[in-house]
Amino acid sequence: MLEVHDLSKRFGGLQAVGNVSFSVTQGAIKALIGPNGAGKTTLFNLISGVMSPDSGAVRFCNAEINGLQPYQVAAKGMSRTFQHIRLFTHMTALENVMIGRHMHGRAGFLAGMLNLPWTSKEEKRLRERALEIMAFLGIADFADTEATSLAYGQQRILEIGRALACEPKLLLLDEPAAGLNMRETAEMAKLITRIRDTGVTILLVEHDMSLVMKISDEIVVLSYGQKIAEDRPLAIQKNTEVIRVYLGEDE
Amino acid sequence: MRFRYTPVAVFGIGVIAVQLLTVIADKTQFMTQLTMTGYYSLVIIGLCLLMGYAGQISLGHAGFFAIGGYVSAFLTTYDLTPYKGNSVVMFLSKTGMIAAAQDLYGGDSLVLHPWVAFIAAISITIVIAYVIGGPVLKLKGHYLAMATLGFGTIVYKIVLGTGFFGAADGLSDIPGFRILPGLEVSGKIGLRVQNYYIAWGLVVLGMLLLTNLIHSRVGRALRSIHSAEDAANAMGINTTSYKLKIFVLSAVFAAMGGVFLTHYNGGIGPSEASIMKSVRYVAIVAIGGMANLWGALCMGIILNFLSLRGYFGSYDDAIFGAILIVIMLFAPEGLLRREVFQSIKLRFSSGKISGDKEA
Repeated sequence: MLEVHDLSKRFGGLQAVGNVSFSVTQGAIKALIGPNGAGKTTLFNLISGVMSPDSGAVRFCNAEINGLQPYQVAAKGMSRTFQHIRLFTHMTALENVMIGRHMHGRAGFLAGMLNLPWTSKEEKRLRERALEIMAFLGIADFADTEATSLAYGQQRILEIGRALACEPKLLLLDEPAAGLNMRETAEMAKLITRIRDTGVTILLVEHDMSLVMKISDEIVVLSYGQKIAEDRPLAIQKNTEVIRVYLGEDE
Repeated sequence: MRFRYTPVAVFGIGVIAVQLLTVIADKTQFMTQLTMTGYYSLVIIGLCLLMGYAGQISLGHAGFFAIGGYVSAFLTTYDLTPYKGNSVVMFLSKTGMIAAAQDLYGGDSLVLHPWVAFIAAISITIVIAYVIGGPVLKLKGHYLAMATLGFGTIVYKIVLGTGFFGAADGLSDIPGFRILPGLEVSGKIGLRVQNYYIAWGLVVLGMLLLTNLIHSRVGRALRSIHSAEDAANAMGINTTSYKLKIFVLSAVFAAMGGVFLTHYNGGIGPSEASIMKSVRYVAIVAIGGMANLWGALCMGIILNFLSLRGYFGSYDDAIFGAILIVIMLFAPEGLLRREVFQSIKLRFSSGKISGDKEA
């Protein structure tokens, strides 16, 4: 579904991502891990179109997507969340999710200004589907609450809801458990599995090993921009190179 | 949905009430400034959408106002008699797009029909807004403010320095704009009431269109761009295109105000393009509460009317400068914020729980 080929990105003298290749198969949960500064978020930004790579290619559903703008990548069926929550302020939780459904409507400036009859039907449809998604995530009760006044954990879930509203084939989650406590992290793990079970493929960046080891089908380990391992969770836990990177040189 | 049109209707009634009041209070001389205020209000509400909802500042809106006004003024006064033989002019006169007029000394002249001039003025504004907006809207914050300021300065200097735009004198003796038979935008004393209603009718129509827009899918997208542009883009919103379109739309509102006010006043001068005019529009939107169309409209009406009546004397520009400082220091989100209205509404409706989503 997603193939990353020899992807490289350099910031000045720093090789943030160097010749990284991996692929994500449909229906899988794949995790990207690595110490701070390993290039995980840069890799995410390269895949989702926020940055363009210096070399290498990203193929998604058999089409090359590097060089596309983020909104074009989203239109191809890939949506994402952000490491630092980027919800829309001064908007309700429902409106946030409805922005996720933006692509599924077509009312433009003229139709909006004239309030053409079909636009209110379209709005109703967007609203109903957004509410369904919120119900699926268990946050429907907060629909009319201002998004940024929700509890932190709920904001994380709302951001996932907003991304799910795009109806992506592939969902990129950038540290979904960051800032969550142990109970919330366990719930997040269940939630991600449930989302996968609806047929959405998932690629996530995460620091929380309990989450990663529990739900991932495969793990890619990055260190200093290089891929050092790619395997199933159990094998990764035993990989000497990974242990060395995480725990330091062992004498 | 239910309540969306209520404010517009109340506003429409208010417009009629003010007109009746001027008759009752025998203050019909206020009518002129009230009409002019209406045309400035078009600029204000367009700019409010751009600044308050989409979060993009423009310090060049007086430029668009002047482009509208000057293009229309020029085309409706430029004598085409010497070009009578030209095939384009012949085509225009055959299709009725050229009207015979009289010049200053009673001589005959051929000028473009105001409707043609109006369409030309709006089209030129759209083209310029696209050309300027494309590169400039990639900038953010201070940089966008500076770039639009640069645009405003260019327009000001062009109209001030160009001979056929009348240089420092501006253009005068602009004919009235007959929109429909019996409906004419002009400063003739007998048409005062009619012109008041034309101006405010346009404002009511503009408010209707813009309130619809902010409650639509596009309005929601614009607010999301204001709040977190990168996230909006990641959700599939073509942010560049939306910012450009709203910029062009608000430029068109400004140019409309310019065209109509020029025909109403019978002239336009370079001061309409000056930076202080742009600053004034931004100050009014800021004090009105940024993301609050009605607040911006209210403040626009009050301040423009007071200014046009000369209450601020020669300190006119200083007053608007001061407003900007005070607002930025003490109420950067504006005086008439939505939250203020909501808290007032809550206080009055305590007891019943209001579940209306349409504010």
